[in-house]
Amino acid sequence: MSTIARKKGVGAVLWDYLTTVDHKKIAHLYLIAGGIFFLLGGLEALFIRIQLAKPNNDFLVGGLYNEVLTMHGTTMIFLAAMPLLFAFMNAVIPLQIGARDVAFPFLNALGFWMFFFGGLFLNCSWFLGGAPDAGWTSYASLSLESKAHHGIDFYTLGLQISGFGTIMGAINFLVTIINMRAPGMTFMRMPMFTWATFVTSALILFAFPPLTVGLIFMMMDRLFGGNFFNPAAGGNTIIWEHLFWVFGHPEVYILILPSFGIFSEIFATFSRKRLFGYSSMVFATVLIAFLGFMVWAHHMFTVGMGPIANAIFAVATMTIAVPTGVKIFNWLFTMWGGSIKFTTPMHYAVAFIPSFVMGGVTGVMLSAAAADYQYHDSYFVVAHFHYVIVGGVVFALLAGTHYWWPKMFGRMLNETLGKITFWLFFIGFHLTFFIQHFLGLTGMPRRVFTYLPNQGWETGNFVSTVGAFFMAIATVILLINIVITTVKGEKVPGDAWGDGRTLEWAIASPPPVYNFAQTPLVRGLDAFWLEKMEGKKELTPAEPLGDIHMPNSSFLPFVIAFGLFVAAFGFTYHNDAGWGLPVGILGLLITLGSMFLRSVIDDHGFHIHKEEVLELEKKGANA
Amino acid sequence: MKKGLRNWRLFSLFGMMALLLTGCGKPFLSTLQPAGEVADMQYSLMLLSTSIMVLVIVVVAIIFVYVVIRFRRRKGEENKIPKQVEGSHKLEIIWTVIPIILLLILAVPTVLTTFKLADVKAMNDKDRDKKGTVVVNVRANLYWWEFEYPDYGIITSQDLVVPTNEKVYFNLIASDVKHSFWIPAVGGKMDTNTDNKNQFWLVFDQKATDKAGGVFYGKCAELCGPSHALMDFKVRPLPRDQFDAWVKKMQNAKKPVVTDPVAKQGEAIFNKSCIGCHAVTPLDKRPEQARTAPNLANFGDRERIAGILEHNEENLKKWLRDPESVKPGNKMTGTYGKLTEEQIDALAKYLMSLKVE
Repeated sequence: MSTIARKKGVGAVLWDYLTTVDHKKIAHLYLIAGGIFFLLGGLEALFIRIQLAKPNNDFLVGGLYNEVLTMHGTTMIFLAAMPLLFAFMNAVIPLQIGARDVAFPFLNALGFWMFFFGGLFLNCSWFLGGAPDAGWTSYASLSLESKAHHGIDFYTLGLQISGFGTIMGAINFLVTIINMRAPGMTFMRMPMFTWATFVTSALILFAFPPLTVGLIFMMMDRLFGGNFFNPAAGGNTIIWEHLFWVFGHPEVYILILPSFGIFSEIFATFSRKRLFGYSSMVFATVLIAFLGFMVWAHHMFTVGMGPIANAIFAVATMTIAVPTGVKIFNWLFTMWGGSIKFTTPMHYAVAFIPSFVMGGVTGVMLSAAAADYQYHDSYFVVAHFHYVIVGGVVFALLAGTHYWWPKMFGRMLNETLGKITFWLFFIGFHLTFFIQHFLGLTGMPRRVFTYLPNQGWETGNFVSTVGAFFMAIATVILLINIVITTVKGEKVPGDAWGDGRTLEWAIASPPPVYNFAQTPLVRGLDAFWLEKMEGKKELTPAEPLGDIHMPNSSFLPFVIAFGLFVAAFGFTYHNDAGWGLPVGILGLLITLGSMFLRSVIDDHGFHIHKEEVLELEKKGANA
Repeated sequence: MKKGLRNWRLFSLFGMMALLLTGCGKPFLSTLQPAGEVADMQYSLMLLSTSIMVLVIVVVAIIFVYVVIRFRRRKGEENKIPKQVEGSHKLEIIWTVIPIILLLILAVPTVLTTFKLADVKAMNDKDRDKKGTVVVNVRANLYWWEFEYPDYGIITSQDLVVPTNEKVYFNLIASDVKHSFWIPAVGGKMDTNTDNKNQFWLVFDQKATDKAGGVFYGKCAELCGPSHALMDFKVRPLPRDQFDAWVKKMQNAKKPVVTDPVAKQGEAIFNKSCIGCHAVTPLDKRPEQARTAPNLANFGDRERIAGILEHNEENLKKWLRDPESVKPGNKMTGTYGKLTEEQIDALAKYLMSLKVE
């Protein structure tokens, strides 16, 4: 009921979003929260570049620089890139498979609020002594040495909470995709973005537990007198590196595979061609995910693991280039012979190919262990992973924003402004990061807050800083675009781009609360396109029109996550202040109490009656 | 897209210009100007992988440019529906097999080099000629480096002195947090862990040393705290006979003999406030746990003050007055009370007189 659009006050809208379990609204929440964290991480990046613009600069010095650097990485990976991808998964996956919602709507909301409160907690550190300062990798010896403030504790606890949310989201998508596909949608008829989400969710399911273990060890060492990483007491700091990278490398694929999925949709749509080599694309995705777990130690070539381990991990890493290459060529050949329309999303998709290939080839270069001894922890690595993550993931996020915005909000983002954003961002990106390869090769280590003059790094760093400002301006224009669109954007029909191929384009924009009035029948890959080619305007329904069963909204997910937020504060300070332990326990009680309530209260949801559905459908058709 | 292409060209032009400006870096610091066997091997591997990768980029770029220009939707094609192609087994096999071959070409030398660089048998050989194979124990500390020559019984800090044109072996360890030992021009890095000792070797080429002006820059490559960026060291490779002479001088450097009256005053202050941590003889016999600050025996011969400031008395005074302003988070701040300007002058004079050469 919450979503039947009527004029509502601000309070009501707020309450609606605080309690919603609707995947489309949760997508909005992820988009907003992830977007805000993205801006925050971007601001931190800008500060970093300002500090490095000239030698011996004193804008951000020493420890404070390390805090900004750590928060930039942590925020961008955990609080911006992943949640923004989750926003699109939430907005699109149920629609693409012809479902009414995800399998566990309540869990979906809980996952979001966990991520949100985890991220909020992490960022509270700025106002409470200092942010974490040991890098996003938070290597153990340095983390345990960082005793001036609680920064690292905010890191371990904040990431544990938001990590729970991520795992919940992943399980939810796995179950949804396995169980809730519309009749006729076999696995090999799923859209590529759905496939990517499916594989990514499996990756999360296996990659996050090692991180959680590592974070718990670290928390024990710092707050509860543990000795997991204390060599003097029989602990070992290298174990942290293994735990972190067993998670950390798959994490890269957790980010890039959904991005590949987004681009696959965009290439097919705006080339008006089905994805070239669909089954090899699926196979490549699965293979990348599998190999992704076999290569973590290439982040540790200089740790001293010995030549056998280094050689094995080097060769294993190289093999990932093969399925990735397959994907690149498949995209090129999707465009080959097509009818390419250069919309804003397509600009990003097209620019993604050369940008990502650049990042990919430096990845292969890095995999050559003996040569990596030179690249490792230099600016070459910084250039490499920004080419992959910005040129791959951020381009995909921007592309996805423009591509699905009309579906999510019913209005088209301004194309001219979109293209201006694209060009500024594209030029700024290459300006910032291309030169960094050479900074690294000429000896500049990464994570340095300053550098002395006369080492040959002045020009490169200055160019890099200029590029960063291009990206900042591009982001501001995107924000202006969003505001203008929200105020007076043109309303769009269901098939907003006119070339939609997958099921989400078959229903109104934005979709009604129940998504599909009647579950559609899927007759092949690109189900909507197939129907359009046969001259039909709609999908063939697989069921008669009837009452639709919907879940009730609930405030409990918010409260459960809030309890952990409170508990995290308590345990962070339990060694310094008497109130720490009671507050920690209180927080846990809030969480466990609301979980108990959830278990004992019967909630059967409600029904939208057939007549109501008919009325809503008529309204949707007229809009 | 015409406009787009122009932008592309503009961009690559920009990139080229930037490249030219940067060049290949400084001979004392750049991995692109290899100054020894290890760096050479790594450089060849870089060149090999770069050329393979450029080949890949060229192929992708050609297809990319062709596709993007040839298949754009033109006026009058608004309703054109292209043929829906499923895929092509032939093409897919081609772009699976060719990359595999390319990777094999890269993998073989990678594995060979990796094993070669890890060959430290000579340094662990119990019967090795102790004068013939130089072994250096590197100990990384929060923002300074200690270099111990176990076979010669001497210790120095911040400036590493090694013989040229022969393999020099290193034992690497950190005493507080993890650091990483890197001399970019001479060879790839290796971490100094807190848990265990790492071993590797480097060669310092004489010609390259001359080209670099006799000194290479060394860096800490692993984030280690607020002054990670300032944890530099210098390397002074010498021909073997000069190296032997240096070792002899170090071994014979007994207690420093101070004659200047101001320096004498400085010595008194030093012996009161500094000697607890800093040794002034290269033959420091204390265990490494007790050696909590750089050995200053040849301080007057050093390249830099605190690893980063130009080596002169003025900078030394600046450092003594307020180390925190030079290297935030260093372990010396606040350990020796407040010194008057006069005391600082005396101390600086004394420290600058500590020379073995």
